[in-house]
Amino acid sequence: MSDLLRIDQLCVRYDGRDVLRALSLQVARGELVALMGPSGVGKTTALRAVAALQAFDSGSIVVDGFALTPGPVPPESRLVPLRRRVGFVFQAHGLFEHLTALDNVTLAPRYVLGRSRAESEGIATTLLTELDVGARAAAWPRQLSGGEAQRVAIARALAPDPPLLLMDEPTAALDPARRSVLGATLRGLCQKGRGLLVATHDAEFARAHADRVVTLTAGQPESPSPRT
Amino acid sequence: MIAALALCLAAVQHPAQPVLVWGGDAEGGAPFVEADPADPSRVRGFDVEVADRIARGLGRSRAQFLQVQWSNIDQSVERGDFAIGLSGVEDTPARRARHAVTLPYFEFREVLAVRPEDANRIHGLTDLRGRKVATLGSTIAYDMLLSARDSTGLIAVSYDDDVHPYSDLVAGRVDAVLLDHIIAQRALRRRGGTGFVILAQPVAVGHYVGVLAQANGALRDSVDLVLRQAMRDGSLERIFRRWNVWDDSQGTFFQSVLGTDTAVRTSTTAQGSHVLAYVPSLLRAAVVTLLVSILSMALAVVVGLALASGRVYGRAVLRVITTLYIEIVRGTPLLLQLFVIYYGLAGVVRLPAFLAAILALGLNYAAYEAEIYRGALEAVPRIQLEAGRTLGFSEFQILRLIRGPQALRYALAPMTNDFVALLKDSALVSVITVVELTKQTAIYATNIGSWVVPGALCAIVYLAMSLPLSRLARRLERRWRVP
Repeated sequence: MSDLLRIDQLCVRYDGRDVLRALSLQVARGELVALMGPSGVGKTTALRAVAALQAFDSGSIVVDGFALTPGPVPPESRLVPLRRRVGFVFQAHGLFEHLTALDNVTLAPRYVLGRSRAESEGIATTLLTELDVGARAAAWPRQLSGGEAQRVAIARALAPDPPLLLMDEPTAALDPARRSVLGATLRGLCQKGRGLLVATHDAEFARAHADRVVTLTAGQPESPSPRT
Repeated sequence: MIAALALCLAAVQHPAQPVLVWGGDAEGGAPFVEADPADPSRVRGFDVEVADRIARGLGRSRAQFLQVQWSNIDQSVERGDFAIGLSGVEDTPARRARHAVTLPYFEFREVLAVRPEDANRIHGLTDLRGRKVATLGSTIAYDMLLSARDSTGLIAVSYDDDVHPYSDLVAGRVDAVLLDHIIAQRALRRRGGTGFVILAQPVAVGHYVGVLAQANGALRDSVDLVLRQAMRDGSLERIFRRWNVWDDSQGTFFQSVLGTDTAVRTSTTAQGSHVLAYVPSLLRAAVVTLLVSILSMALAVVVGLALASGRVYGRAVLRVITTLYIEIVRGTPLLLQLFVIYYGLAGVVRLPAFLAAILALGLNYAAYEAEIYRGALEAVPRIQLEAGRTLGFSEFQILRLIRGPQALRYALAPMTNDFVALLKDSALVSVITVVELTKQTAIYATNIGSWVVPGALCAIVYLAMSLPLSRLARRLERRWRVP
């Protein structure tokens, strides 16, 4: 499998304090990698650095051939290739509250990819149906449960069809049954060739669904373990 | 004997008040009333000396001056703030109908002032078709201009002071000024006798009187006796000569007053007819208020959006500049900004009053709008903006598709609030000669001597404009509400 994401010696400092120290990991196509560790250890920071939402101080990040370098976050105009390669699902989902679930998913195909309205709605409806929230297409974000909002957010991130999906604590708002369903959904995405990097502190979920687990302790990764 | 009678009457009227409190407006200046340059805590002028003469005649120890805005003299005297108002107060039928008015003690001529190059072409109001004629609001001259508007097609321009009509005449903002000959001559002296000329032929003749509360008729009669005595014994003539306002016509006028037993009592007009007469002008003024408000708000929204964008998206220098603008504009009075834009900039750009009003109001409210928009933009959760970035939207697309629509909902209620406030603040533009609803109401109230009916009518018109707006905003809020 070729590496979709390669992180080498990634370091992030806040106010002179190391938040992330020498993180290295790879995610291949079709692979689900869980990034584990206790709260505050830098899991979210690592994901944000890969999505160019966060500057980093040293090391390198390469996403499907597109390299990010240390220093300030580049302007959006220079990040267009990255945006086509990486989708991001936030822990608090961050759905656009003035739009329905369908419109949340339709927005990027229409205005980023330039697809027609009908075509964009087709993509959105397919994704929502695959993620089992097709019936909630007309609902507003505040009318969705935590699990539904999570899946709409996944559909939104997948709508521009990025090969790499980053997910921050996807199971935080889910009960055990829903976690299992989500795990199966994510495995399905991997089978279609996507790579997934999932930050989680849910060891059970990681053991059950990840191909590999990278555990962070005080800003440094421990040796990766294979999926059990 | 008459003086003794006056003294007795005064003693009955005010047994415990040896001082005669009189009201006037020192802003009107010499020769009426002005702060004494030698001792600015004191006032001087012919009206000051007339008040002293009346106080002496009434047997009061002295006359005590109370400063009151000229246009409010009638209301203040009725409130009991002072016993008599004297400050170039004109003798009008409406004033006589609503208050106790003394006999006239000075005759003035309403004269036209024009630029020297127009002196051969303009001889009276009929020559001013389509031209702007300035005067002081709430005066006989203003009423004359309003009457002449329909017959001659001139444009009446109202001012709150008697200095700027002449400076605007010289600057070319207006084509003529109609005011009392005393004011016109004073303005010409101030300019060293140049800049404009006063036409020799007066447009009309008027009189200055003292005004007392309607219930104070007995004191008024006493004052009349004192004034007659002052006309007979030459003391009034000496006062006017000291202030260089005496001419032969005053002597003739004094004789005509002394030749009648009663003061000139002009017929009164029923208030009902005034209500009907003023409704069209109130509605016209309401249209002006609405136009000024809508255009100012449009400007405020556009400039406010630009300022807010500068503060939210701009680089450090732009953020400093926009913040400075907002703080300076919010930290200084709108009235001052109006004066600066209309009069202060006159040397650089001579803005028409209506445009200056819209600019001043619009640029002032833009500062407040900018803060509303900035707050609304920053109220949209950051996570949504980051989600937009990760999806590949440009900053402009994020603003247009994600941040803007949500911010607009947050901003709608405070924007409506601001527009209603602007509707009322637009009353301030009357200081730069734009006659809007409140100014028209004040003119109306001054003419009939009461604020009750004009005030109620004015309030109804303001409510008729602001209530539908609030309803529209509520409907929009309901429609845009996200479940």
